Parts: sequence; C-alpha cells; structure tokens
Amino acid sequence: MNTIAYSPLRAYVLEARYEFLRLLRSPSFSVPTLLFPALFYLLFGVLMGSRDHGGASHYLLATYGVFGVMGVSLFGFGVSVALDRERGLLTWKRALPMPTGAYLLAKMAMAMIFSAIISLLLASLAISLAGVSLSAGQWALLWITNVLGVLPFAALGLWLGSLIGGQGAPAVVNLVYLPMAFLSGLWLPLSLLPGTLAQAAPIWPSYHLAQIALRVVGKDDGHAIGMHVAVLALVTVIFATLAWRRLARRS
Amino acid sequence: MEASMATLARLQGVRKRYGAVQALDGLDLTLVPGQLLALLGPNGAGKTTAIQLLLGLQTPDQGQVALFGRSPRELAARRGLGVMLQSAGIADNLRVDELLALTRSYYPQPRSVADCVAMAGLNGLLDRRYGRLSGGQQRRVQFALAICGRPRVLVLDEPTTGLDIEARQILWATLRELVAEGCAVLLTTHYLEEAEALADRVSVILGGRCIAEGSVAQIRAHVAQRRVRCVSVLPVDEITQWPQVRQVRRDGDRLEIVVDEAEDVVRRLLADDPSLSELEVSRAGLADAFLALTQDADNPARTLPEAA
Repeated sequence: MNTIAYSPLRAYVLEARYEFLRLLRSPSFSVPTLLFPALFYLLFGVLMGSRDHGGASHYLLATYGVFGVMGVSLFGFGVSVALDRERGLLTWKRALPMPTGAYLLAKMAMAMIFSAIISLLLASLAISLAGVSLSAGQWALLWITNVLGVLPFAALGLWLGSLIGGQGAPAVVNLVYLPMAFLSGLWLPLSLLPGTLAQAAPIWPSYHLAQIALRVVGKDDGHAIGMHVAVLALVTVIFATLAWRRLARRS
Repeated sequence: MEASMATLARLQGVRKRYGAVQALDGLDLTLVPGQLLALLGPNGAGKTTAIQLLLGLQTPDQGQVALFGRSPRELAARRGLGVMLQSAGIADNLRVDELLALTRSYYPQPRSVADCVAMAGLNGLLDRRYGRLSGGQQRRVQFALAICGRPRVLVLDEPTTGLDIEARQILWATLRELVAEGCAVLLTTHYLEEAEALADRVSVILGGRCIAEGSVAQIRAHVAQRRVRCVSVLPVDEITQWPQVRQVRRDGDRLEIVVDEAEDVVRRLLADDPSLSELEVSRAGLADAFLALTQDADNPARTLPEAA
C-alpha cells in the first residue's frame, strides 16, 4: 500500500556519526581510552625504553595499540550497552523504525574510528620521539590489525553489556580488561611473568591479537598467524552469538 | 473489509503474563484515523504492557497485535509510528538538532525541522545539549522526536507528566491538529482532565481488561451522580439519612454531598437551612466516573490513581 521509497543509508551513517560524537563528548570514555595508551607508551616505550636499543619501543608500540583497541571495544560496547539498556534507550530505539542492526553497526564503526585514532597517535609518538622506523607496509598492517582487532573485543563487550547493569558495568569491564591485558603481555613481555602465567597466556584473546601486532614489528612468539586469526574469529562468533541470544530474549 | 481498512492499529484479545502477574487478560483496543484514544487506569492496570505490545517490544501470549495490518515487529510497519515513552534514556551529550536529524532519518517522509520546532515548542533549544535541558524541555524534545516522522499512528505514554502549563498547552494544541489531520493517537495519562480535553474515546483498564469504553460523555454517563457543594450549618449525620444521598463530607463550614438526583436534596437543604450560601451543583466529571468504575470493578481497598 504505502510504498514510499526509503533508503536507510543516511540513517546508518548518522547513527554511526552520532554514536561517535556522543562518546567523544563523554570525557569519562574518551579521555582514558584515547590518552592512556599514548601516555603509557610515552612513559614506558619512549622515556624508559630508550635504554635498550629500541626493543621496548617496538614491542610496546604493538601491545599498547592492542591495549587501546581492547579499551574502546570493551568500554564502548560493554559499558555503553549496559547503560543504554538500563536507561531505556535500547527499548525506545527498538520501538522506532531504526534500520536493522544500525545500533550495533554504529557502535562498531565508533570503536573502529577510536582504534584508528589511537593507532595514529601511537605511530606519531613512535616516529617522532622513539625513533621507530617501519616500512609503509608495516605501518599499514599495524593499523589494520588494530582496526579489525575491534571485532573480538566488541563481541566480548557486547556480551558483558547484555549481562550486567549500568552501575556496575565499569567495574566489571575493568576487572576483565586490566588483568587480561597484563596476563597477555601487553604491559610487560611474557618472559618477565611467572612461568605458569606466561604459559597460560594463550587462553586470553588479547594474547592472540598482540601476537599478530607483534609479528608486524618482528617481536612475536613465532606461532602460526593463522592460528591467532582463527582463535580471534572463534571468540568473535561465540560471544556475538551469546550476546545476540541475550539481547533477543529480552524482547 | 471497510472497517478493517480504517483500522490503523489493533490489539485483539491479547493476554500477557509476567510470572505470577496476569498483566493483560483479554484486552481489545482499536486505533482509527482522526481519533484520540485515551487509556486510563491505575498503576499496574496494564497500560504500559498494552503499549509495549503495540510497539512490538513484547509479544502477546495469546491474541493478535496488528499495526497497519502487519506485525509491529516489522520495520515497514513501524515507519508509520511515532513513539514517546515515559523514559527514553536519550543520549545526554547530543544536541537537540542532532537528535532530530537522527530520528528523522529513520522515516521516509519526515517533517521539516522548522515544523518540529513549532509543533513541540523547541524555540531556542536546537543547539543545546539534551542533558543540559530542564525536565520539561526534555519532554518537549521527546515529543518532537515522536512526531518528526509524520507518523499516522502516534503512541504517547504519559506525555504531559513533568510538563509545565505552557508546554502542555502547546502539546495539546499540536495533538488536536494532528488528530484533525487524520492521525490516530493512543495516549495514556494520569491526568483525567487531559483525557477529558483531548480524547474522542476513552478506554478504562483495570486488571488487564477494559472495563469501560466510549466517548468521554458515555464514560461519564456510567455515573449519573451529582455533586452538591454549599456552606451550611446542617449536621452531616442528618443529611446522610436523606433519600438520594450517597455520601456527605464536611470541610470546615463547607459541605460536599454526592447525590443520585440533585433536585429534591437541594430543595430540602434550602428549606432546612435558611442561612445556606454558595450553593453549587455539578455533574460528575470524568474523574468521578473513573473512580466509580474502578471501584465497582474491583475491591474498594485498591489504591486509587495518583492524580485523580
């Protein structure tokens, strides 16, 4: 009957744009997620790392990138979905004719843009202050690794956000985020961790993303890249499915 | 077929249970173009559940829900729908114009921003962040977002809660305009005067069921009672004994008497108390009718609606 041509493209674009703006304008989200990786890199990779002939500045360039990716993905999905659920935004959006999937795609785009910015910040610090020199191809690979690395942590964050309430969400997400970062060798090389903890590192998805990033700068453990990619893909599918089920059941 | 073409949205015999609570117990609602249906009922009567079913946020255990003849879970059906919920959790740090642009983008033929501003009273608010607006201003924005898509069905869950008088006037005027243009509106409200002022039809809900439906006048006619007020020295217990008298209350030197028929009672009041003054007889309003209906249908101990 009423067949007015309607293209949802503009809705997808605006949804993503405003999701990005909304989080950029929340200092409690944007300041730590954008600045902490760069600040840590400045401290440990540039100031303290200059003594060991650039080893640390290469290693930490890769791992703080992963640290940043985890931050935007876990907080951008976990905390914001929990809050949107609690405050009724998700309910309201579901009642509106928002195009299918726009809500999640917007968050995904937001997390990828934040990751890209973190990646560029780290790269500019590495080039200008730490004297890191990589080929154009390596820079591009590192950047792509960080942008696509959003996927598994977005899925994990989404699942957390579908489980927990808005008030407790930052605490829960931090409890997942920080220990996992440490245990995957993002702050210190695994060789400096106690043996059992270092051996257990492959159970954390962040270890696998870190290994891919470290491969780009030639500092990985030497496992097959395909294995890391497969683990991350599996993590993405499992948590996305769990989250989807929980979110769908509510309606 | 004629009738079903005119129906824009319908709940038919819907039942919905949450655990031990039967939220809806065979409810029917019909929305037709150019009509405002007010849903009245105390808290917990099932109003919000009815709205959630109509919006596709919940599915009924039994019965049918149709929006433009389709399931409200279909995107195409919801493109003709405007919604204002009690709490929308709208992003605090987006500006009003950004919120409007985003919500307008969901609809095929949205209203112009200028129209939305005029219809919801948003003058001077477009460049303000939503979180920095007063509660009443936020409600206006929510109303603007509900009408920005040029909806043919508009669902408003207690829209004037928290609105100042001026904003309420704007909202009422806009609703009348929309209804005149052929929009179907479903409105829940605690303010009976709102239903009285706006509604073409009223549906009184209690315990998940519709206990009365009709025009404001028809609902009111369920209660034939009159209310007599005066300043008098006559004792309450004496008047209570008179025929036709239902209830007598004294407030200082004022009497308020609820009666079935006013004429005989007034005659007797005037005869028995020559000093009687400030006599006033009124017809029961929607509020009285509503209270009488919900009390008759349920045990009298039930809590009454807040704003009645």
